[in-house]
Amino acid sequence: MSEWVKSERQAERERVRAARARRSASIATISTVVFIVLVVWVITQSPGWPRVKETFFDGEQLVEALPDVLNGFLLNIKIFLIAEPLILVVGLLVALARGITTPAFFPIRALATLYTDVFRGVPTILVIYLIGFGLPALRLQGIPSDLATLGIIALTLSYGAYVAEVFRSGIESIHPSQVAAARSLGLSHVKTMRFVVLPQATRRVVPPLLNDFVSLQKDTALVATIGPLEALRQAQIHAASTFNYTPYLVAALLFILLTIPMARFTDHLAARTRRRRGA
Amino acid sequence: MSVLTMEGVWKNFHGHSVLRGIDLAVEPHEVVSLIGASGSGKSTLLRCVNLLETVDDGAIYLDGDEITDPRVDVDGVRKRLGIVFQAFNLFPHMTVLDNITLAPRQVHGVPKARAEEEAHGLLARFGLAQKAKAYPDQLSGGQQQRVAIIRALATQPRLMLLDEVTSALDPELVLEVLGIIRELKESGMTMILTTHEMGFCRDISDTVCFLDGGVLLEKGPPEQIFSEPEHARTREFLRSVLESGRF
Repeated sequence: MSEWVKSERQAERERVRAARARRSASIATISTVVFIVLVVWVITQSPGWPRVKETFFDGEQLVEALPDVLNGFLLNIKIFLIAEPLILVVGLLVALARGITTPAFFPIRALATLYTDVFRGVPTILVIYLIGFGLPALRLQGIPSDLATLGIIALTLSYGAYVAEVFRSGIESIHPSQVAAARSLGLSHVKTMRFVVLPQATRRVVPPLLNDFVSLQKDTALVATIGPLEALRQAQIHAASTFNYTPYLVAALLFILLTIPMARFTDHLAARTRRRRGA
Repeated sequence: MSVLTMEGVWKNFHGHSVLRGIDLAVEPHEVVSLIGASGSGKSTLLRCVNLLETVDDGAIYLDGDEITDPRVDVDGVRKRLGIVFQAFNLFPHMTVLDNITLAPRQVHGVPKARAEEEAHGLLARFGLAQKAKAYPDQLSGGQQQRVAIIRALATQPRLMLLDEVTSALDPELVLEVLGIIRELKESGMTMILTTHEMGFCRDISDTVCFLDGGVLLEKGPPEQIFSEPEHARTREFLRSVLESGRF
């Protein structure tokens, strides 16, 4: 076999491709710069801009509010970290309960369906109100009175319903031939679920689950409505005393800082799955 | 006593009868092939034996026990059967070794060490010793199907059901799978298989059954079915197979 010498035709093709790539890159750069300049210009030229700048971008207020908001934000992280595993457990159990066909367990199945219907339908903020104010009002023994705990219960109930549906769609996405193969080997329904269906289903639902958790991270701020001193509540307190909204911006930035790594991690997992499939 | 007996088995789908009163007996160490056009009921027959489908009439006996009785322990019946599918149906999230040892460990209660030792033995016997740690998508179609056969074999079934096991394979991969089945026959395994590979079917079968529209039209040793078929439909089918170059 003779050595490969690049033909004149191929060299010409590569010149054309390189020229095109350069052209695309310069167009992208120019249009991005133009866009940013335009947006900044429109905002700073708007009649209300000096006022907005003062109320939302006050450096002094930022420094003053940061410690308290940051401190409150630790509570958001705590709520999130406790709620997340609870939601996974509730979601998985409800999803499994909805798949039970044994007649004796029909009430459980019906209850699971009712649960997802109700809690997906009620706005999260209402669930937080109902749990936050309603549960303690029952004055039952053992009902927690800590506001953050009540917030965690409410978030778990609300998000558990969504996560249950994510799990269920994952379970249903596993091809029936996998179940047929497992049952043919003599595996019971439960063992088929545990060893064959669930391991494949959970891998598939990781990206949508993480998406729900990004959403949960910011919804921890809704717990502010029943009073615990988390980030948004702290920002509210500062804003109420100074009539300056910079603390809200501080809280927003903190939430973004938390969700961006999660979003990148989701992308990373998705890319890894793609690579593995390709291998 | 026959390993498997079918008596007047009927199966309907949406008002259409796919099996119309099948009678069949499979003796120990016998290899029975089911041939016939697509839709003639071959795969359905296997799925009925495996209880993946419920029969609509008639009875099936495994070692003399009626398995079509609704009170029967379905998992207990399947424990005694091995089935291999056209599309392999390996578990993609498990290694080859885990695919093979899952049923012995979880269904038959074999300890992990022994199950793995036996799996390694089977893999070595069928030329896949290097693939124990591989995942199914790292294997060729022929290797995947060999693993699927080993997986069914690992529970030491009384009867193996092979459903079009070479239909999804490239021609050069068919041979390696047929080689395994030949070896199984030599080891005395009782098998029912459906196939489009007529040359192989003639070679390996003790009995060939021709199914047509859900009826077991003709049954006999391969020499008879392939050389002097009684029915015009059988001749027609064999001619069409011959003309399509699958013989």
